[in-house]
Amino acid sequence: MTTAASQQEDAVKTLDRVVIRFAGDSGDGMQLTGDRFTAESAIFGNDISTLPNFPAEIRAPAGTLPGVSSFQLHFANRDIMTPGDKPDVLVAMNPAALKANISDLARGGVIIADTADFTKRNLDKVGYASNPLEDGSLADYQVHALDLTGMTTEAVKEFRLTRKDAGRSKNMYALGLLSWLFHRPVEPTINFLETRFATKPQLRDSNIKAFRTGYAFGETTEVFAYSYEVAPAPMPKGTYRQISGNLALAYGLIAGARKADLPLFLGAYPITPASDVLHELSKHKRFGVTTFQAEDEIAGVGAALGASFAGHLGVTTSSGPGISLKMETISLAVMTELPLVICDIQRAGPSTGMPTKTEQADLLQVMYGRNGEAPVPVLAAQSPSDCFDTAVEAVRIAVKYRTPVFVLSDGYLANGAEPWQVPDLSGIAPIDPAFATAPNGDNDEFLPYKRDPETLARPWAIPGTAGLEHRIGGIEKADGTGNVSYDPANHDAMVRIRQAKIDGIVADVPDLEIDDPSGGARVLVLGWGSTYGPITAAVRRVRATGRSIAQAHLRHLNPFPANLGEVLKAYDRVIVPEMNLGQLALLLRGRFLVDVQSYSRVRGLPISLSELAEDLQTEIDDLGVTA
Amino acid sequence: MSVEISTTSNGQRSGLAGVPLAVEPLNRKDFTTDQEVRWCPGCGDYAVLSAFQGFMPEAGIKRENTVIISGIGCSSRFPYYVDSYGMHSIHGRAPAIATGVATSRPDLGVWVVTGDGDALSIGGNHLIHALRRNVNFTILLFNNRIYGLTKGQYSPTSEIGKITKSTPYGSLDNPFNPLSLALGAEATFVARTVDSDRKHLTAMLKAAAEHRGASFIEIYQNCPIFNDDAFAAVKEKDTKAEAIIPLVDGEPILFGIDNRLGVIRDQQTGELKVAEVAEVGLENIVVHDEHHPDPAYAFGLSRLTTPGVLERAPIGIFRSVDAPAYDDLAREQVAAAAEKYDSDDDALQQMINGRDTWTVD
Repeated sequence: MTTAASQQEDAVKTLDRVVIRFAGDSGDGMQLTGDRFTAESAIFGNDISTLPNFPAEIRAPAGTLPGVSSFQLHFANRDIMTPGDKPDVLVAMNPAALKANISDLARGGVIIADTADFTKRNLDKVGYASNPLEDGSLADYQVHALDLTGMTTEAVKEFRLTRKDAGRSKNMYALGLLSWLFHRPVEPTINFLETRFATKPQLRDSNIKAFRTGYAFGETTEVFAYSYEVAPAPMPKGTYRQISGNLALAYGLIAGARKADLPLFLGAYPITPASDVLHELSKHKRFGVTTFQAEDEIAGVGAALGASFAGHLGVTTSSGPGISLKMETISLAVMTELPLVICDIQRAGPSTGMPTKTEQADLLQVMYGRNGEAPVPVLAAQSPSDCFDTAVEAVRIAVKYRTPVFVLSDGYLANGAEPWQVPDLSGIAPIDPAFATAPNGDNDEFLPYKRDPETLARPWAIPGTAGLEHRIGGIEKADGTGNVSYDPANHDAMVRIRQAKIDGIVADVPDLEIDDPSGGARVLVLGWGSTYGPITAAVRRVRATGRSIAQAHLRHLNPFPANLGEVLKAYDRVIVPEMNLGQLALLLRGRFLVDVQSYSRVRGLPISLSELAEDLQTEIDDLGVTA
Repeated sequence: MSVEISTTSNGQRSGLAGVPLAVEPLNRKDFTTDQEVRWCPGCGDYAVLSAFQGFMPEAGIKRENTVIISGIGCSSRFPYYVDSYGMHSIHGRAPAIATGVATSRPDLGVWVVTGDGDALSIGGNHLIHALRRNVNFTILLFNNRIYGLTKGQYSPTSEIGKITKSTPYGSLDNPFNPLSLALGAEATFVARTVDSDRKHLTAMLKAAAEHRGASFIEIYQNCPIFNDDAFAAVKEKDTKAEAIIPLVDGEPILFGIDNRLGVIRDQQTGELKVAEVAEVGLENIVVHDEHHPDPAYAFGLSRLTTPGVLERAPIGIFRSVDAPAYDDLAREQVAAAAEKYDSDDDALQQMINGRDTWTVD
């Protein structure tokens, strides 16, 4: 706690949770500001959950609604599951940012607006007839209209920057102010700025100055009646860091490859929101990581499959449209039965859709988007940090069963962040690539499609191994020899074997766990992927009303856990919330003949927890049960 | 310890450098599988396969360190018939898949087998990018100027007006000159040969294998079923002397009966063209320099190929220049990073922990 704050102890309010949204033009540095505030909060020990939200255009016209970029952070003194539905605090750097976000702000919430950009021209641009900061239309909120740009320019004038460059530090000024307002530690941000601008001392110093001045302004001014404290959240003992989904995914892939003692080969083509995985992996060559930025999505997965054939861990990362392009090669991986990890960071579709917005509507694509009977295991991560574990598990399945494996993440997980108890890598079980080294046939011959009786996996014989020369390809294989075969009975058998191999992975899939503290719930809410946060939060809210509800979350979408059928049949009503039109629901109905109820929201945003909670309560009440 | 090739006769790093040599000499039978070859009788693919199987023992590398990646089409059945490691992949994608193989393993001799449809239609993008990156492998493009496996549609190398099943009124689109395309991508090794000339074909395979980087060989290959005699001009005894422009490094480019024709450079436009030696004088005939650094020279040579029905074509090595290979550079980056920074389990744990950690007690 700062000295100033302790001097005015009366003026400190203690809160258990706060949702802040930073909003401005795409070029205003709102993502960075949010990111830094998140880091400060995480280091302080709050639980955090974030939702960056930005346009696909790099710089949409300044001051317009389509150009608004925002970053929402929820921080709390307890375990939280979502970035929050309604912000308590809105930082608006211009009229567009105010207009685009005001309807989400909680009544009575705090608005901090930069008056510098509230010019007539900018107000006109977004259709404000008069200045909302002055015309009384924001009477329901606590408005702090401050000339952030002007104060920043004044603070950094000693560095003799151009007017434009000086104004650019306003995001750091705002961050400093907010850091004071919420008692955040400042050292992490100062260290960050020192590292980031190490080679540009002028920018380093001006940003640090802006940040410190913003903080000091909060301390000395009487504009703010209160500052706020949010105590650290109780968390299990351990070492923590803040992590986003894409970073966790990249780390998981590296860790998985290390555990398998395989060099990692990433073949990828830039695509939102998956590119960060390519960026991250390309930094870590020292760990035996090769990254290949291919000419297109097809070449990315093709090169990855080639690397797998040569004995590396082939990985490709993309989003929905790119996955569509890769499907033929994934089919080839199914036929050639080689390990391959395919990460689909889903975004709103179809076609280009909304590249920076989240969705989980690729489930059926990854399950069935190939010609022929081409089963592929599918895993889905449920939170940003869970991307790490999911990636490691995908590597394990790919290598053990010699199969392509899909990892589903989405834009929300990819960019969202949360605290993560860093795993001890030595605790992760090794993965045995078990390369074939000797002939496996009766006459000293090598049979590339002679299978392990338990896993049905075929041998992985890599080039350079004498005596195991063989040819593989996309044409149907004769069982055992792998020679080209058009024999009808063989094809029927091979189709069934390939399916049985994937189905057999269920041996490594843990049973689905049900969370039902009362033990008497009649309604089950079942989700997959990034809906875990909103569903869990909604379930807590429902339980807080005294109602009983059971919750379960699927990581394995193919094959499903062995007990899933039983679980579904044990409840009077099963509700499946998804950010699609009911894709998992369709799979469950088809597979288990259970009349699950789909709950669909396809807005490019995470499902709203309050809306879901209300709807779940209605379902429970409908059933005539209020336990 | 295995023995490896390191440099070629001219002192440059061999394309097969890093690939272990066979301890016992191999023979063509070692490179022959038990699979029945299923090309049509008279298909030019047989001759290429035979030349390849004859050449591989000469290349000297271990059979198990030989990898052939093909796409889809008649020629792409090739890997099934060579007893090495191989993948018959998907249409057009062989260069992409082979890029992954070559980049991950410096100890493999990698060959890409493709056709005019596979490489130039559906796979055109991968071809040009593999060539511009200069990935260390050899691409054998079997050009029969027709789609064979899909039973006789025109291909991107068919002449305009080609009557086929899909173009009963004649094809409309201008064909690719595959060598011009490769040279436009600044391929570092570009050659052309003919399926029926075993000796020349073998010489091109050898030169391509020795070249470090992407080697591209266009092989004129006859399809007796759907496009018979497409290359008659360069194959028939009575026409080939006037049709083939043989390229020999360091020699004046002369051809025709009694070398009556030669290639000259137009002083006005700079283009290469054919002239009667008697008219222009031997001293004005261009002396072939396959190592010429500017691809424009080789491109000029490639334009001497008649664009429509084939009547005349240069045969031999158009270009062979030394340039860094993508896969070598990629491996060097990985190795240099591992050399410079810690990469053990502790270092990995450190990286995952990151700099901004906090501890809950």
